[in-house]
Amino acid sequence: MATGVKPRVKVPGSASAGEVITIKTLISHQMESGQRKDGDGNKIPRSIINRFTCDFNGENVIDVTMEPAISTNPYFEFQATVPETGEFKFTWYDDDGSVYEDSKSVTVG
Amino acid sequence: MDFTRRETLAMGAGAALLSFMPFRANAAAVDDLIAEFTGGAEMGDAGVELNAPEIAENGNTVPIEVSAPGASAILLLAAGNPTPPVAKFAFGPLAGSQTASTRIRLAGTQDVIAIAQLGDGTFARTSKTIKVTIGGCGG
Amino acid sequence: MLRTTTTLAAGLIAAATVGWADADDNELVINGEIEITTEAAAPAYVEGLSEIYSGWRFREVDTQATQMDDFDNPAFLAVDAAKEVWDTVEGEAGKSCASCHGDVMESMKGVRAVYPKWNETAGEVRTLAMQINDCRTENLKAEAYDYTSDEMTAMEALISVPSRGMPVNVAVDGPVQSTWEQGKEMYYTRYGQLELSCSNCHEDNYGNYIRADHLSQGQINGFPVYRLKNTKLNQVQDRFKGCIRDTRAETFKPGSPEFVALELYVASRGNGLDVEAPSVRN
Repeated sequence: MATGVKPRVKVPGSASAGEVITIKTLISHQMESGQRKDGDGNKIPRSIINRFTCDFNGENVIDVTMEPAISTNPYFEFQATVPETGEFKFTWYDDDGSVYEDSKSVTVG
Repeated sequence: MDFTRRETLAMGAGAALLSFMPFRANAAAVDDLIAEFTGGAEMGDAGVELNAPEIAENGNTVPIEVSAPGASAILLLAAGNPTPPVAKFAFGPLAGSQTASTRIRLAGTQDVIAIAQLGDGTFARTSKTIKVTIGGCGG
Repeated sequence: MLRTTTTLAAGLIAAATVGWADADDNELVINGEIEITTEAAAPAYVEGLSEIYSGWRFREVDTQATQMDDFDNPAFLAVDAAKEVWDTVEGEAGKSCASCHGDVMESMKGVRAVYPKWNETAGEVRTLAMQINDCRTENLKAEAYDYTSDEMTAMEALISVPSRGMPVNVAVDGPVQSTWEQGKEMYYTRYGQLELSCSNCHEDNYGNYIRADHLSQGQINGFPVYRLKNTKLNQVQDRFKGCIRDTRAETFKPGSPEFVALELYVASRGNGLDVEAPSVRN
Protein backbone atom coordinates (compact mmCIF):
# COMPACT_ATOMS: atom_id res chain seq x y z
CA MET A 1 0.00 0.00 0.00
CA ALA A 2 1.28 3.41 -0.90
CA THR A 3 2.09 5.57 2.10
CA GLY A 4 2.50 9.32 2.51
CA VAL A 5 0.56 10.10 -0.66
CA LYS A 6 0.03 13.84 -0.87
CA PRO A 7 -1.43 15.91 -3.69
CA ARG A 8 -0.34 19.40 -4.74
CA VAL A 9 -2.59 21.48 -6.95
CA LYS A 10 -2.05 24.89 -8.54
CA VAL A 11 -5.16 26.80 -9.60
CA PRO A 12 -5.62 30.59 -9.88
CA GLY A 13 -7.88 31.86 -7.10
CA SER A 14 -9.98 34.05 -9.38
CA ALA A 15 -11.01 34.23 -13.03
CA SER A 16 -13.40 36.08 -15.29
CA ALA A 17 -16.52 34.26 -16.48
CA GLY A 18 -15.67 31.84 -19.28
CA GLU A 19 -11.92 32.30 -18.83
CA VAL A 20 -9.59 29.45 -19.72
CA ILE A 21 -7.14 28.79 -16.89
CA THR A 22 -4.12 26.50 -16.57
CA ILE A 23 -4.10 23.90 -13.83
CA LYS A 24 -1.12 21.90 -12.60
CA THR A 25 -1.28 18.86 -10.33
CA LEU A 26 1.41 16.76 -8.70
CA ILE A 27 0.97 13.86 -6.30
CA SER A 28 3.61 11.97 -4.35
CA HIS A 29 3.40 8.31 -5.39
CA GLN A 30 5.99 5.66 -6.17
CA MET A 31 4.04 4.38 -9.24
CA GLU A 32 5.58 0.91 -8.88
CA SER A 33 5.47 -0.37 -12.44
CA GLY A 34 5.37 -4.11 -11.83
CA GLN A 35 8.44 -4.45 -14.06
CA ARG A 36 11.10 -4.11 -11.37
CA LYS A 37 12.68 -6.87 -9.32
CA ASP A 38 13.82 -6.70 -5.72
CA GLY A 39 17.27 -7.71 -4.44
CA ASP A 40 16.25 -11.39 -4.41
CA GLY A 41 15.08 -11.35 -8.01
CA ASN A 42 11.37 -11.40 -7.18
CA LYS A 43 9.07 -9.16 -9.17
CA ILE A 44 7.83 -6.16 -7.16
CA PRO A 45 4.05 -6.13 -7.71
CA ARG A 46 2.48 -3.26 -9.61
CA SER A 47 1.05 -0.50 -7.43
CA ILE A 48 0.08 2.67 -9.25
CA ILE A 49 -2.49 5.42 -9.41
CA ASN A 50 -4.55 4.29 -12.39
CA ARG A 51 -6.92 7.20 -12.91
CA PHE A 52 -7.03 10.95 -12.38
CA THR A 53 -10.06 13.19 -12.81
CA CYS A 54 -10.77 16.89 -12.54
CA ASP A 55 -14.31 18.25 -12.28
CA PHE A 56 -15.72 21.73 -11.78
CA ASN A 57 -19.10 22.06 -10.02
CA GLY A 58 -19.81 18.46 -11.01
CA GLU A 59 -18.91 18.82 -14.69
CA ASN A 60 -15.88 17.03 -16.07
CA VAL A 61 -12.71 18.80 -17.23
CA ILE A 62 -10.40 15.86 -17.84
CA ASP A 63 -10.38 12.15 -17.09
CA VAL A 64 -7.01 10.43 -17.45
CA THR A 65 -6.45 6.68 -17.58
CA MET A 66 -2.95 6.13 -16.21
CA GLU A 67 -0.62 3.23 -16.91
CA PRO A 68 2.67 2.17 -15.27
CA ALA A 69 4.58 4.28 -17.82
CA ILE A 70 3.57 7.44 -15.94
CA SER A 71 6.57 8.60 -13.89
CA THR A 72 6.90 8.55 -10.12
CA ASN A 73 5.09 11.53 -8.53
CA PRO A 74 2.56 11.90 -11.39
CA TYR A 75 2.35 15.39 -12.87
CA PHE A 76 -0.40 16.82 -15.07
CA GLU A 77 -0.89 20.19 -16.66
CA PHE A 78 -4.09 21.03 -18.54
CA GLN A 79 -6.61 23.80 -19.10
CA ALA A 80 -10.15 24.37 -17.85
CA THR A 81 -12.94 26.79 -18.64
CA VAL A 82 -14.41 28.54 -15.59
CA PRO A 83 -18.06 29.45 -16.30
CA GLU A 84 -18.95 30.64 -12.79
CA THR A 85 -17.77 30.76 -9.19
CA GLY A 86 -17.29 27.26 -7.89
CA GLU A 87 -14.97 24.47 -6.91
CA PHE A 88 -12.54 22.27 -8.75
CA LYS A 89 -12.42 18.74 -7.45
CA PHE A 90 -9.38 16.56 -8.12
CA THR A 91 -9.45 12.81 -7.58
CA TRP A 92 -6.72 10.19 -7.89
CA TYR A 93 -7.59 6.46 -7.82
CA ASP A 94 -5.00 4.01 -6.47
CA ASP A 95 -4.68 0.33 -7.48
CA ASP A 96 -5.13 -0.56 -3.80
CA GLY A 97 -8.56 1.06 -3.67
CA SER A 98 -7.41 4.27 -1.99
CA VAL A 99 -8.85 7.51 -3.32
CA TYR A 100 -6.98 10.78 -2.84
CA GLU A 101 -8.86 14.05 -3.17
CA ASP A 102 -8.15 17.74 -3.24
CA SER A 103 -10.26 20.76 -4.11
CA LYS A 104 -9.76 24.42 -4.95
CA SER A 105 -12.27 27.26 -5.09
CA VAL A 106 -12.28 29.81 -7.88
CA THR A 107 -14.12 33.10 -7.62
CA VAL A 108 -15.58 34.67 -10.75
CA GLY A 109 -16.00 38.39 -10.36
CA MET B 1 19.96 2.22 -5.62
CA ASP B 2 22.81 -0.23 -5.26
CA PHE B 3 23.81 -2.67 -7.94
CA THR B 4 26.11 -5.64 -7.73
CA ARG B 5 28.97 -5.87 -10.18
CA ARG B 6 27.17 -8.60 -12.11
CA GLU B 7 24.00 -6.52 -12.40
CA THR B 8 26.02 -3.56 -13.55
CA LEU B 9 27.68 -5.63 -16.25
CA ALA B 10 24.32 -7.02 -17.35
CA MET B 11 22.88 -3.52 -17.54
CA GLY B 12 25.87 -2.41 -19.56
CA ALA B 13 25.27 -5.19 -22.06
CA GLY B 14 21.60 -4.28 -22.27
CA ALA B 15 22.48 -0.65 -22.66
CA ALA B 16 24.87 -1.41 -25.50
CA LEU B 17 22.13 -3.31 -27.30
CA LEU B 18 19.59 -0.55 -26.76
CA SER B 19 21.81 2.15 -28.07
CA PHE B 20 22.06 0.39 -31.42
CA MET B 21 18.44 -0.43 -32.07
CA PRO B 22 15.22 1.16 -30.92
CA PHE B 23 12.70 -1.30 -29.55
CA ARG B 24 10.45 -2.82 -32.19
CA ALA B 25 9.30 -5.77 -30.14
CA ASN B 26 5.79 -4.66 -29.42
CA ALA B 27 4.58 -3.81 -32.93
CA ALA B 28 1.70 -6.27 -32.77
CA ALA B 29 0.65 -5.17 -29.29
CA VAL B 30 0.70 -1.54 -30.40
CA ASP B 31 -1.45 -2.31 -33.46
CA ASP B 32 -3.97 -4.08 -31.25
CA LEU B 33 -4.16 -1.18 -28.82
CA ILE B 34 -4.68 1.29 -31.64
CA ALA B 35 -7.38 -0.86 -33.20
CA GLU B 36 -9.14 -1.08 -29.85
CA PHE B 37 -9.17 2.73 -29.59
CA THR B 38 -10.16 3.50 -33.18
CA GLY B 39 -12.34 0.47 -33.86
CA GLY B 40 -10.14 -0.09 -36.89
CA ALA B 41 -11.00 3.26 -38.48
CA GLU B 42 -8.58 4.99 -40.84
CA MET B 43 -6.29 7.58 -39.26
CA GLY B 44 -5.33 10.92 -40.72
CA ASP B 45 -2.12 12.71 -39.86
CA ALA B 46 -3.50 16.20 -39.19
CA GLY B 47 -5.08 17.47 -36.00
CA VAL B 48 -2.95 15.91 -33.30
CA GLU B 49 0.39 17.10 -31.98
CA LEU B 50 2.97 15.61 -29.70
CA ASN B 51 5.63 17.75 -28.04
CA ALA B 52 8.56 15.97 -26.44
CA PRO B 53 12.33 16.39 -26.26
CA GLU B 54 14.35 14.84 -29.07
CA ILE B 55 16.81 13.66 -26.45
CA ALA B 56 15.58 12.79 -22.98
CA GLU B 57 18.20 13.18 -20.28
CA ASN B 58 16.79 10.28 -18.31
CA GLY B 59 14.18 7.75 -19.42
CA ASN B 60 12.62 7.70 -15.96
CA THR B 61 11.13 11.18 -16.31
CA VAL B 62 10.42 12.42 -19.84
CA PRO B 63 8.21 15.52 -20.24
CA ILE B 64 5.59 15.17 -22.95
CA GLU B 65 2.60 17.18 -24.19
CA VAL B 66 -0.30 16.05 -26.37
CA SER B 67 -2.68 18.39 -28.11
CA ALA B 68 -5.63 17.92 -30.47
CA PRO B 69 -8.07 20.85 -30.79
CA GLY B 70 -11.67 19.70 -30.44
CA ALA B 71 -10.75 16.10 -29.66
CA SER B 72 -12.75 13.98 -27.25
CA ALA B 73 -9.80 11.78 -26.31
CA ILE B 74 -6.10 11.23 -26.94
CA LEU B 75 -4.36 7.86 -26.54
CA LEU B 76 -0.64 7.90 -25.77
CA LEU B 77 1.54 4.86 -26.43
CA ALA B 78 5.24 4.10 -26.03
CA ALA B 79 5.94 1.49 -28.69
CA GLY B 80 9.18 0.29 -27.12
CA ASN B 81 8.12 -0.08 -23.51
CA PRO B 82 7.57 -3.55 -22.02
CA THR B 83 3.91 -2.53 -21.88
CA PRO B 84 3.13 0.13 -24.50
CA PRO B 85 0.11 1.93 -22.99
CA VAL B 86 1.03 5.22 -21.28
CA ALA B 87 -2.20 7.16 -20.77
CA LYS B 88 -5.56 8.06 -22.24
CA PHE B 89 -6.74 11.62 -21.84
CA ALA B 90 -10.52 12.07 -22.13
CA PHE B 91 -11.60 15.72 -22.29
CA GLY B 92 -14.85 16.81 -20.63
CA PRO B 93 -17.20 19.69 -21.47
CA LEU B 94 -15.21 22.12 -19.29
CA ALA B 95 -11.80 21.36 -20.81
CA GLY B 96 -10.28 24.73 -21.69
CA SER B 97 -8.32 23.12 -24.50
CA GLN B 98 -7.65 19.59 -25.61
CA THR B 99 -4.08 19.74 -24.40
CA ALA B 100 -2.35 17.92 -21.56
CA SER B 101 1.21 17.56 -20.29
CA THR B 102 2.70 14.86 -18.11
CA ARG B 103 5.97 13.04 -17.38
CA ILE B 104 6.49 9.51 -18.62
CA ARG B 105 8.89 6.56 -18.44
CA LEU B 106 10.64 5.31 -21.56
CA ALA B 107 12.63 2.07 -21.42
CA GLY B 108 14.98 3.25 -24.17
CA THR B 109 15.13 5.12 -27.46
CA GLN B 110 11.81 4.54 -29.18
CA ASP B 111 8.75 5.93 -30.94
CA VAL B 112 6.02 7.54 -28.87
CA ILE B 113 2.61 7.58 -30.56
CA ALA B 114 -0.43 9.81 -29.98
CA ILE B 115 -3.81 9.08 -31.52
CA ALA B 116 -6.71 11.48 -31.14
CA GLN B 117 -10.40 11.02 -31.66
CA LEU B 118 -11.27 14.37 -33.21
CA GLY B 119 -14.45 16.42 -32.80
CA ASP B 120 -15.99 14.97 -35.99
CA GLY B 121 -15.38 11.40 -34.79
CA THR B 122 -12.46 10.71 -37.12
CA PHE B 123 -9.02 9.71 -35.88
CA ALA B 124 -5.58 11.25 -36.32
CA ARG B 125 -2.18 9.82 -35.51
CA THR B 126 1.26 11.27 -34.93
CA SER B 127 4.50 9.89 -33.57
CA LYS B 128 7.91 11.03 -32.52
CA THR B 129 11.20 9.25 -31.91
CA ILE B 130 12.68 10.11 -28.53
CA LYS B 131 16.30 9.27 -27.86
CA VAL B 132 16.91 8.19 -24.30
CA THR B 133 20.47 8.67 -23.13
CA ILE B 134 22.06 6.02 -20.98
CA GLY B 135 24.59 7.61 -18.74
CA GLY B 136 27.96 6.27 -17.79
CA CYS B 137 27.74 7.66 -14.26
CA GLY B 138 24.98 6.18 -12.21
CA GLY B 139 26.20 7.88 -9.08
CA MET C 1 41.07 28.33 -19.85
CA LEU C 2 43.28 26.58 -17.36
CA ARG C 3 42.12 23.07 -17.78
CA THR C 4 43.69 20.42 -19.91
CA THR C 5 42.07 17.23 -21.00
CA THR C 6 43.32 14.29 -19.03
CA THR C 7 43.12 10.91 -20.65
CA LEU C 8 40.73 8.89 -18.54
CA ALA C 9 40.38 5.15 -18.37
CA ALA C 10 40.24 3.85 -21.92
CA GLY C 11 36.93 4.17 -23.64
CA LEU C 12 35.08 6.31 -21.11
CA ILE C 13 35.48 9.73 -22.61
CA ALA C 14 36.33 8.39 -26.05
CA ALA C 15 32.82 7.03 -26.48
CA ALA C 16 31.32 10.49 -26.43
CA THR C 17 28.67 10.77 -29.09
CA VAL C 18 27.87 14.44 -28.98
CA GLY C 19 31.29 15.98 -28.61
CA TRP C 20 32.40 18.84 -26.44
CA ALA C 21 29.75 21.12 -25.07
CA ASP C 22 30.58 23.52 -22.29
CA ALA C 23 28.15 25.09 -19.87
CA ASP C 24 25.31 26.73 -21.79
CA ASP C 25 24.35 30.41 -21.52
CA ASN C 26 20.90 29.95 -20.01
CA GLU C 27 19.83 32.06 -17.06
CA LEU C 28 18.21 30.57 -14.00
CA VAL C 29 15.31 32.52 -12.51
CA ILE C 30 13.06 30.57 -10.16
CA ASN C 31 9.32 31.38 -10.01
CA GLY C 32 10.05 34.37 -12.22
CA GLU C 33 11.58 36.20 -9.25
CA ILE C 34 14.58 34.51 -7.62
CA GLU C 35 17.62 35.22 -9.78
CA ILE C 36 20.29 32.61 -9.29
CA THR C 37 23.97 33.21 -9.99
CA THR C 38 25.11 30.09 -11.86
CA GLU C 39 28.51 31.36 -12.95
CA ALA C 40 31.26 33.15 -11.03
CA ALA C 41 35.00 33.64 -10.94
CA ALA C 42 36.64 30.65 -9.29
CA PRO C 43 37.91 31.24 -5.75
CA ALA C 44 41.67 31.80 -5.72
CA TYR C 45 42.35 28.49 -4.00
CA VAL C 46 40.72 26.55 -6.85
CA GLU C 47 43.79 26.53 -9.03
CA GLY C 48 42.43 24.26 -11.74
CA LEU C 49 39.46 26.45 -12.73
CA SER C 50 39.04 30.03 -13.84
CA GLU C 51 35.23 30.06 -13.84
CA ILE C 52 32.82 28.06 -11.74
CA TYR C 53 29.42 26.94 -13.04
CA SER C 54 26.36 25.45 -11.40
CA GLY C 55 25.49 21.94 -12.59
CA TRP C 56 22.21 23.44 -13.83
CA ARG C 57 24.12 24.92 -16.78
CA PHE C 58 25.07 21.45 -18.04
CA ARG C 59 21.58 20.01 -18.16
CA GLU C 60 19.10 19.73 -21.01
CA VAL C 61 16.55 22.53 -21.35
CA ASP C 62 13.65 20.38 -20.14
CA THR C 63 15.49 19.44 -16.98
CA GLN C 64 16.45 23.07 -16.44
CA ALA C 65 12.83 24.17 -16.83
CA THR C 66 11.66 21.77 -14.13
CA GLN C 67 13.71 23.72 -11.60
CA MET C 68 12.45 27.13 -12.68
CA ASP C 69 9.03 26.77 -11.07
CA ASP C 70 8.53 25.40 -7.58
CA PHE C 71 5.34 23.70 -8.67
CA ASP C 72 7.08 21.85 -11.50
CA ASN C 73 9.96 20.89 -9.19
CA PRO C 74 8.99 17.57 -7.57
CA ALA C 75 11.43 18.25 -4.70
CA PHE C 76 8.71 20.47 -3.28
CA LEU C 77 6.65 17.42 -2.40
CA ALA C 78 9.42 16.72 0.12
CA VAL C 79 9.63 20.38 1.14
CA ASP C 80 5.89 20.35 1.92
CA ALA C 81 6.32 17.19 3.98
CA ALA C 82 9.25 18.69 5.90
CA LYS C 83 7.26 21.85 6.58
CA GLU C 84 4.74 19.72 8.46
CA VAL C 85 7.54 18.05 10.41
CA TRP C 86 8.98 21.48 11.22
CA ASP C 87 5.73 22.46 12.95
CA THR C 88 5.09 19.11 14.64
CA VAL C 89 6.12 18.41 18.24
CA GLU C 90 8.40 15.40 18.34
CA GLY C 91 10.59 13.85 21.05
CA GLU C 92 10.63 13.92 24.83
CA ALA C 93 11.31 17.65 25.14
CA GLY C 94 7.84 18.32 23.77
CA LYS C 95 9.17 20.74 21.18
CA SER C 96 9.05 21.16 17.44
CA CYS C 97 11.63 22.85 15.22
CA ALA C 98 9.28 25.83 15.18
CA SER C 99 9.27 26.04 19.00
CA CYS C 100 12.79 27.48 18.89
CA HIS C 101 13.22 28.58 15.27
CA GLY C 102 9.79 29.98 14.42
CA ASP C 103 9.16 30.57 10.73
CA VAL C 104 11.66 28.55 8.73
CA MET C 105 11.58 31.06 5.87
CA GLU C 106 12.86 33.75 8.25
CA SER C 107 15.04 31.97 10.78
CA MET C 108 16.90 29.76 8.31
CA LYS C 109 17.71 32.51 5.82
CA GLY C 110 21.37 32.22 4.87
CA VAL C 111 21.99 29.04 6.86
CA ARG C 112 22.39 26.69 3.91
CA ALA C 113 24.91 29.07 2.32
CA VAL C 114 27.55 28.70 5.06
CA TYR C 115 27.47 24.96 5.76
CA PRO C 116 29.56 22.92 6.46
CA LYS C 117 30.90 25.14 9.23
CA TRP C 118 32.81 25.06 12.49
CA ASN C 119 30.87 24.41 15.69
CA GLU C 120 32.79 25.95 18.54
CA THR C 121 30.99 24.16 21.37
CA ALA C 122 31.46 20.73 19.84
CA GLY C 123 34.89 21.55 18.44
CA GLU C 124 34.09 19.99 15.06
CA VAL C 125 33.16 20.77 11.47
CA ARG C 126 29.45 20.20 11.04
CA THR C 127 27.44 19.58 7.92
CA LEU C 128 23.84 20.77 7.79
CA ALA C 129 22.75 17.15 8.21
CA MET C 130 24.89 16.78 11.35
CA GLN C 131 23.42 20.00 12.74
CA ILE C 132 19.86 18.82 12.05
CA ASN C 133 20.55 15.58 13.90
CA ASP C 134 22.25 17.40 16.76
CA CYS C 135 19.17 19.58 17.13
CA ARG C 136 16.95 16.52 17.07
CA THR C 137 18.86 14.54 19.70
CA GLU C 138 19.92 17.41 21.98
CA ASN C 139 17.04 19.89 21.80
CA LEU C 140 14.00 17.85 20.75
CA LYS C 141 15.21 14.71 22.54
CA ALA C 142 14.06 12.87 19.42
CA GLU C 143 15.79 10.15 17.41
CA ALA C 144 18.41 11.14 14.88
CA TYR C 145 17.56 10.65 11.21
CA ASP C 146 19.58 8.23 9.16
CA TYR C 147 22.15 10.41 7.43
CA THR C 148 20.85 9.94 3.88
CA SER C 149 17.19 9.18 4.69
CA ASP C 150 14.24 10.78 2.93
CA GLU C 151 13.40 12.59 6.18
CA MET C 152 16.89 14.10 6.28
CA THR C 153 16.97 15.20 2.64
CA ALA C 154 13.48 16.67 2.98
CA MET C 155 14.53 18.71 6.04
CA GLU C 156 17.74 19.83 4.30
CA ALA C 157 15.65 20.89 1.30
CA LEU C 158 13.23 22.88 3.45
CA ILE C 159 16.05 24.66 5.26
CA SER C 160 17.72 25.44 1.91
CA VAL C 161 14.67 27.17 0.40
CA PRO C 162 15.07 30.54 2.20
CA SER C 163 18.75 30.70 1.14
CA ARG C 164 18.05 30.38 -2.57
CA GLY C 165 19.66 33.23 -4.43
CA MET C 166 22.22 33.84 -1.67
CA PRO C 167 25.86 33.12 -2.49
CA VAL C 168 27.57 30.05 -1.07
CA ASN C 169 30.08 31.38 1.44
CA VAL C 170 31.81 28.54 3.25
CA ALA C 171 34.77 29.35 5.50
CA VAL C 172 38.00 27.64 4.48
CA ASP C 173 40.45 28.92 7.07
CA GLY C 174 40.66 29.24 10.84
CA PRO C 175 39.52 26.16 12.76
CA VAL C 176 38.22 24.38 9.63
CA GLN C 177 41.48 24.65 7.73
CA SER C 178 42.91 21.21 8.50
CA THR C 179 39.59 19.55 7.58
CA TRP C 180 39.50 21.62 4.39
CA GLU C 181 43.05 20.48 3.52
CA GLN C 182 42.00 16.88 4.10
CA GLY C 183 39.06 17.35 1.75
CA LYS C 184 41.28 18.95 -0.87
CA GLU C 185 43.69 16.05 -0.76
CA MET C 186 40.81 13.61 -1.22
CA TYR C 187 39.54 15.63 -4.19
CA TYR C 188 42.80 15.12 -6.03
CA THR C 189 43.39 11.50 -4.94
CA ARG C 190 42.74 8.79 -7.52
CA TYR C 191 40.44 6.12 -6.15
CA GLY C 192 39.37 2.68 -7.26
CA GLN C 193 40.23 0.27 -10.05
CA LEU C 194 39.60 3.03 -12.57
CA GLU C 195 42.03 5.27 -10.72
CA LEU C 196 39.89 8.36 -10.98
CA SER C 197 39.96 11.40 -8.76
CA CYS C 198 37.12 13.90 -8.43
CA SER C 199 39.27 16.34 -10.39
CA ASN C 200 39.78 14.00 -13.36
CA CYS C 201 36.10 14.29 -14.27
CA HIS C 202 34.90 17.51 -12.67
CA GLU C 203 37.91 19.79 -13.13
CA ASP C 204 39.81 18.40 -16.12
CA ASN C 205 36.83 17.22 -18.14
CA TYR C 206 33.70 19.16 -17.24
CA GLY C 207 31.74 19.91 -20.37
CA ASN C 208 32.86 16.64 -21.94
CA TYR C 209 30.72 13.55 -22.18
CA ILE C 210 31.41 10.42 -20.19
CA ARG C 211 29.46 7.99 -22.33
CA ALA C 212 26.18 9.88 -22.62
CA ASP C 213 26.54 11.89 -19.42
CA HIS C 214 27.38 15.55 -19.73
CA LEU C 215 29.98 16.14 -17.01
CA SER C 216 29.46 19.16 -14.76
CA GLN C 217 31.95 20.66 -12.35
CA GLY C 218 30.41 18.62 -9.56
CA GLN C 219 29.29 21.73 -7.68
CA ILE C 220 27.04 21.04 -4.70
CA ASN C 221 25.18 24.36 -4.39
CA GLY C 222 22.03 22.53 -5.55
CA PHE C 223 22.01 19.73 -2.98
CA PRO C 224 19.83 18.04 -1.95
CA VAL C 225 19.05 17.27 -5.59
CA TYR C 226 15.90 15.74 -7.07
CA ARG C 227 17.22 13.33 -9.69
CA LEU C 228 15.11 12.25 -12.66
CA LYS C 229 17.00 8.97 -12.46
CA ASN C 230 15.73 7.84 -9.06
CA THR C 231 12.88 10.35 -8.70
CA LYS C 232 13.75 11.37 -5.16
CA LEU C 233 15.92 13.81 -3.24
CA ASN C 234 19.57 12.79 -3.06
CA GLN C 235 21.84 13.68 -0.17
CA VAL C 236 25.20 15.14 -1.19
CA GLN C 237 27.27 12.52 0.58
CA ASP C 238 25.15 9.78 -0.99
CA ARG C 239 26.13 11.30 -4.34
CA PHE C 240 29.80 11.26 -3.31
CA LYS C 241 29.37 7.60 -2.46
CA GLY C 242 27.89 6.87 -5.88
CA CYS C 243 30.70 8.74 -7.61
CA ILE C 244 33.43 6.90 -5.73
CA ARG C 245 31.69 3.57 -6.22
CA ASP C 246 31.70 4.26 -9.96
CA THR C 247 35.48 4.39 -9.82
CA ARG C 248 35.18 0.81 -8.54
CA ALA C 249 36.53 1.73 -5.14
CA GLU C 250 35.46 0.83 -1.65
CA THR C 251 33.63 4.00 -0.73
CA PHE C 252 33.48 5.97 2.50
CA LYS C 253 30.25 6.09 4.46
CA PRO C 254 27.90 9.07 4.37
CA GLY C 255 28.42 10.92 7.64
CA SER C 256 32.03 9.71 7.94
CA PRO C 257 34.80 12.20 8.80
CA GLU C 258 36.24 11.69 5.30
CA PHE C 259 33.03 12.70 3.56
CA VAL C 260 32.52 15.64 5.93
CA ALA C 261 35.97 16.90 4.90
CA LEU C 262 35.21 16.31 1.21
CA GLU C 263 31.85 18.09 1.51
CA LEU C 264 33.52 21.12 3.10
CA TYR C 265 36.13 21.29 0.36
CA VAL C 266 33.71 20.73 -2.54
CA ALA C 267 31.28 23.28 -1.07
CA SER C 268 34.11 25.82 -0.91
CA ARG C 269 34.84 25.29 -4.62
CA GLY C 270 31.37 26.75 -5.20
CA ASN C 271 31.86 29.88 -3.08
CA GLY C 272 30.28 32.62 -5.19
CA LEU C 273 27.58 30.51 -6.82
CA ASP C 274 24.11 30.94 -5.36
CA VAL C 275 22.35 28.31 -3.29
CA GLU C 276 19.73 26.75 -5.55
CA ALA C 277 18.68 23.75 -3.49
CA PRO C 278 16.52 21.80 -3.84
CA SER C 279 17.55 21.52 -7.48
CA VAL C 280 16.64 19.15 -10.33
CA ARG C 281 19.24 17.10 -12.17
CA ASN C 282 19.35 14.01 -14.39
